[in-house]
Amino acid sequence: MTPAMTSAPATETRSAAVKKPFAIDKRYLAPLLITAILLAAQVNFGVLEDYRKTLLAIGVSIVMEIILGYIFNRKIPHLASAYVSGISCGILVRSPEWWPYALAAMLSVTSKYVIRVQGRHLWNPSNFAIACLLLLAPQTVASLSIQWGNYIWPMLIVWTLGAIIVSQFGRLHICAMYVACFVAFAFLRSLGNGHPFFAEVSPITGPMYQLFIFFMITDPKTTTHSRWAQMLVAFLIAATESALRYWAPAPIAVHAPYYALTIMGPTSNFIEIWMNSRAKKATSETASLRSTTEELSPKTA
Amino acid sequence: MQQNQAARVLATLFFIGLLVCVVVLNKRSVTRQGGSVVANSAEEAGGSQYPVPAAPDAMERYGFKLTEVSKTAGVEFTHQPPKLDAKLSHIIDRVADMGAAVAIADFDRDGWPDFYVTNSAEGGKNHLYHNNHDGTFTDVAEQMGVAAVNSAESGVSMGAVWGDYDDDGYEDLLVYKWGKCQLFHNENGKGFKEAVNSGVPQWMNANAGIWLDYDNDGKLDLLLGGYFDEKLDLWKLPSGNIMPDSIEYATNGTRLYLLKGRGDGTFEDVTVQVGLDKHKAWTLAAVAVDMTGDTFPDIFLANDYGKAELWHNVEGKRFENVSVPSGVGDRPKSGMNAAVGDIFNDGKFSIYVSNITEDHYLLQGNNMWVPSAAAKPGELMFENQANGLGVENGGWSFGAQFGDLNNDGFQDIYLVNGYLSGTKESYWYDYATFAGGNQSIIRDAAKWIPIKGRSLSGYQPKRVWLNDGAGRFTEVAQAVGASDRFDGRAVALADLWNRGSLDILASNQRGPLLVYKNEVRPENHWISFELEGVKSNRSAIGAITTVYWNGQKQSQFVSGGVGFCAQNDRRLHFGLGKSVTVEKVEIRWPSGIIQTITSPATDKLHRIRETSASG
Repeated sequence: MTPAMTSAPATETRSAAVKKPFAIDKRYLAPLLITAILLAAQVNFGVLEDYRKTLLAIGVSIVMEIILGYIFNRKIPHLASAYVSGISCGILVRSPEWWPYALAAMLSVTSKYVIRVQGRHLWNPSNFAIACLLLLAPQTVASLSIQWGNYIWPMLIVWTLGAIIVSQFGRLHICAMYVACFVAFAFLRSLGNGHPFFAEVSPITGPMYQLFIFFMITDPKTTTHSRWAQMLVAFLIAATESALRYWAPAPIAVHAPYYALTIMGPTSNFIEIWMNSRAKKATSETASLRSTTEELSPKTA
Repeated sequence: MQQNQAARVLATLFFIGLLVCVVVLNKRSVTRQGGSVVANSAEEAGGSQYPVPAAPDAMERYGFKLTEVSKTAGVEFTHQPPKLDAKLSHIIDRVADMGAAVAIADFDRDGWPDFYVTNSAEGGKNHLYHNNHDGTFTDVAEQMGVAAVNSAESGVSMGAVWGDYDDDGYEDLLVYKWGKCQLFHNENGKGFKEAVNSGVPQWMNANAGIWLDYDNDGKLDLLLGGYFDEKLDLWKLPSGNIMPDSIEYATNGTRLYLLKGRGDGTFEDVTVQVGLDKHKAWTLAAVAVDMTGDTFPDIFLANDYGKAELWHNVEGKRFENVSVPSGVGDRPKSGMNAAVGDIFNDGKFSIYVSNITEDHYLLQGNNMWVPSAAAKPGELMFENQANGLGVENGGWSFGAQFGDLNNDGFQDIYLVNGYLSGTKESYWYDYATFAGGNQSIIRDAAKWIPIKGRSLSGYQPKRVWLNDGAGRFTEVAQAVGASDRFDGRAVALADLWNRGSLDILASNQRGPLLVYKNEVRPENHWISFELEGVKSNRSAIGAITTVYWNGQKQSQFVSGGVGFCAQNDRRLHFGLGKSVTVEKVEIRWPSGIIQTITSPATDKLHRIRETSASG
């Protein structure tokens, strides 16, 4: 869940703001929503490891964005993305230590600037950072799991708010596809391992998963662009996650959604970039050919 | 363009540096907490679950060493779990996961500590080990009438606590069970007789029981905390809907009982009257001690699947829930232990709560609730300093006790852990898979994934944390000989052989009771006290003793049950380090009387009877 929905084209939002004087800049929607969810969860469940650790993650993330943005682009970027990265790390990282919160935020923001292909970053930043920490520091870092209770109403809140926001960005189909695939794969796993179906489907009934569904896999900057490709990627994430749950060693399997997105997100982006690049090349070759033909035509004529 | 490329190179190096930092800092964190406790199989744990001898230099380095002597001491007891209803058979190891308890008392007043251990199999016998004064013990439970208490009809033992409820000088015994609680009157150390119509619950699924005198009337009261809903008969379940409805915010636990003793073996339920009826949780540990200085014992509760609770005793009339303002109820964990100790030698009590830590899955960390420096006098305010003190990672921790194991003058911690030692396969992934799900799934046992003999945080190395008195604890378990890998539950401390050192009794689920004999460096001195109340309850439960020596002071209290399903010997043992003198000893009796003893002899047990007035 990172710059999720923080990346609506500035021109679009500016013109929208002109048309509707009281309309909110879409870049603020995700930060506002996540903050609202976090506050509600903290008040009701005391969900955070320590609110100071979350503030640390947010602060570090924003400072890193300012520094790197200035170094690379000579200007201070819009900070909504950094705020969401920080708050995501602050919610999803669980550790008794302080350093994982700072490092998660730093890794998250730095990855956006370092790992780029044709000007586009491949990984959802906070997903990438959390996956790195889970893999490299399993004795000190775990992820949010059961700290939001096991009740239906927190999920209803996240569903409602999440659906409203995600549909604003035309990405609700990604969530629907993922959920449908998850349930289908849970059924297949239960056939394969003999576990009760409800046990296999259980993870998606918990609040933590709703954050993953609404705010991580729908991140506009790190999802593919066409609708069919987005649905295909949602299917592939669910498939990869299910494969990890079924075949991977338990310490990997338990964080399957993070790893599945870490694998499938950049892979799909890379393929899209490659395909776009080929298409662009082909277009430019065609144009060049046409132009050459046009240039030659009068002569031959 | 070139500048941008240079920035990219630098940023990439920085990025790689961050990844390296993650690895390095992780390693540092693990080392600081005493290393990892993960072991996936008996082979990985060294081939046997029994301990190996202490390192040859243990005495020199740490000032003590432990030797497991159960066999030579004649203690051959292995805990067995119950079978319960067939609806739970696929997860029986997860449900029938407690019941190995131990409580120490000198039941026949011969001056030597004896102990009672519980079994939980239907038809299984509890044992009462009588101290033979020669290093050995004899099980006398059958002849004393406290062996056969476990059956499907009457329930099975979860724990036991000693307390002289009728002030006749002999410690009586409460056995709390998943089923009917049983109270046994001690017949002058020659046998036990079950008290009838005593007022203790006829049926509850109890997992915590302590004696206390909440109103300081000189008569012992009882506090009982439950686990599964008390309406459930675990042998006749209508359905599998008995499990917690949330792993961290469960609402379907059960009530507390505060039973006011009349001093004649009968008790009155005053739970509602004192305001403890608002509690509904899965309670696994309780401890009562005065933490505000008003002589009335406050109550701390460690709850599984929920937040801890602290109840301030308002003049023995009612209890006020101060969990949130005091800080201890900030967020839920899997509380399993409540031990109280003065870890900084400042006369203030800290509370140690055990929870679950398992690499990859769940990093709750144990809590050390240290009195806040910002607290005003009489105010209950705590801060969790487990991480900084280095006592956070105990694995799947259960019982823990404070005690000065090397007589250096500081309270150390002995912690047992390990949940379920089974096959090489781990149940953790399956457990984590559905634990985060909706309550309709997790509260139904039928929807749980079968365990099939797999491990769940099994074979864990125990923790012995030595207190350096300067704010750091060092983990030394393997070096000093506390190296068993059984699934530890209760731990209790006593000077079993009257030698001036604290020995350890560690009970294990589906495992043997271990007796660790403690050999302490003779240069370190000690002093101990056996208190007898007169105006206060005769067991002196709740009395706080403070020893002043060498410019420092340390407080300890007489408990009616502390830790997880355990009770230490009522005698209070203080290490003194190299000091051979003590300036004074101050005893604050529950009656309010403060008794001072000047320059008591060291390396000696003092038997102190409550005086009629302060002085």
